Amino acid sequence: MEKQQKKPLYLKLRPWLILAPTLIVTLGILYPFCQAIFYSFTNFSLKSSVWEFVGIKNWVEMLKSTDFWHSLWVTVKYTVATVGLEMLLGLLLALALNRKDNLFSRILKVVLIFPLMVSPVIATLLFKLMTNSSVGIIEKFLNLFGVYAFPWTADSSTALFSVVLIDLWVNTPFVLLLVLAGLQGLPKSPYESAMIDGGTAWFTFKTLTLPLLKPVLLIALIFRFCAAVQEFSIIYSTTKGGPGDTLMNLSLSAYQEAFTYSSIGTAVPRILVLWLIINFVSKKLVSAWLKSKSANAG
Amino acid sequence: MYQRKSKFERTAGIAGTILLVVYMIFSLFPLVWMVITSFKSDVDMYKTLFIFKPTLENFKNVLTTGNYVKAFTDNFIICAGAVLISVIVGVPAAYALARYQFKKKESVAFTILSFKFAPEILIIIPLFAIFQTLHLYDTYLGMIWIYQFIGLPLLIWVLRGYFEDIPVEMERAAELDGYSWWSVFFKMLIPLIRPGLVAAALLSFIFCWNNFTFGLMLCGFHIQTITVSALTYIATDTVHYGQMAVASLIAIAPEIILCLCIQKHLVRGLSFGAVKG
Repeated sequence: MEKQQKKPLYLKLRPWLILAPTLIVTLGILYPFCQAIFYSFTNFSLKSSVWEFVGIKNWVEMLKSTDFWHSLWVTVKYTVATVGLEMLLGLLLALALNRKDNLFSRILKVVLIFPLMVSPVIATLLFKLMTNSSVGIIEKFLNLFGVYAFPWTADSSTALFSVVLIDLWVNTPFVLLLVLAGLQGLPKSPYESAMIDGGTAWFTFKTLTLPLLKPVLLIALIFRFCAAVQEFSIIYSTTKGGPGDTLMNLSLSAYQEAFTYSSIGTAVPRILVLWLIINFVSKKLVSAWLKSKSANAG
Repeated sequence: MYQRKSKFERTAGIAGTILLVVYMIFSLFPLVWMVITSFKSDVDMYKTLFIFKPTLENFKNVLTTGNYVKAFTDNFIICAGAVLISVIVGVPAAYALARYQFKKKESVAFTILSFKFAPEILIIIPLFAIFQTLHLYDTYLGMIWIYQFIGLPLLIWVLRGYFEDIPVEMERAAELDGYSWWSVFFKMLIPLIRPGLVAAALLSFIFCWNNFTFGLMLCGFHIQTITVSALTYIATDTVHYGQMAVASLIAIAPEIILCLCIQKHLVRGLSFGAVKG
């Protein structure tokens, strides 16, 4: 084996010099991140400039409070509901759309993506526009069936359903778009041999399509999971976590601690928990993705 | 056996069509309703659903009263500035991560990617204090600085893939012909990745445009982002639904246009280069 030629120093440094601007701006985000961890051990507040170390008091109090466990539970409910439904619906829609190739399906492939471009806050505006009890068209539609003044986000029994609906409207196209791209990139030859072997459509889907789609599905899952678990915009713009604390997920409860009660020290641990969850789950999902990619290539 | 298969396929086909039609209504009707409502006068709002005399009154109100136009301009300045900075900073970084082998390369790349997935509020809370001390709170500079982190991971990861698609031999050949690194980079590589670069930049712009949390917590008096400003149309006691629809329409229209422009690159951009559509 030929021994690698020793590189001069400037060549060794070159990638770092090219990266330098990015690394410098990166400090702008890494510094506040470290400071956030630091704050979680202090009683830092936005109201007063005096603060001191309190050790792990914030952490212990958070773990003891029922509010924290409630917001964790809301976070889990919201994430499972939105991500689960979006993955399922996105997959089914992509399969349905991929079966046909006519003008209608080609137009759909373009226009169904539009809601994905809409900001969650604006999506909430559209939701209010349609569901408000005075002029909303959905309200008028429900009136036909004898349902009057459906409470949507105003009642704790329907609030989660309402925000999940808004999230579905915005984000299902993301899964749809990725799975559609995955379906179009599938190899032809395994399907031809499956046809000759006479496998049923369901069997072909289960043993061929689904495993081949696994990398794309995992990518969609990673992106959707990381966004859903920290969802803030939709819940803030509909109910700010209410009614009561029905929709108070970790992001909103941290926001409330920091900006309503001006207590940074107790706000930060909640988000660090969120960050740990994201970190842990996304690492697992990324390694599953790498494995499925190499399994398909091999 | 074959009979059953075709039966399954037929039912699946019908079910698929029904699903598509139902979803299409779910997905597109809110946008249609927004457009309809934006031309409806406040009086017609309560009287009719679809048949009415279209009016531009709502547009006139939103554009002349309140600060929605100012928010639109502010948002544009912030987003354009942020995308510009992340392009200047991100393109060389993408190149370095695509071409060079060096220690810690993957951990640098994944640290940058982690910005996309980290909870925004975690950064905002300390930044709120930092911005106050540095007098960056509620300024264009501060907002542009924080907004560029929205686009940076996307640009770097997507463009890294585009650079990797260019065979390294092309670069070597140009270097052998006597071209300097700079001219290879700007005269050959940049034109080659330009479609990807434009698409990634426009997608970053859309991401910035849609951001809500930064605008909510790091500015609001002199500068207002469009998402925060749009929210005031819900909050008011006397709700003018027509104006709400116009505000939504104004916020959405640029994004739909940009989305149509970058259609071919959308999958690759949205998946940060992981899925090559």
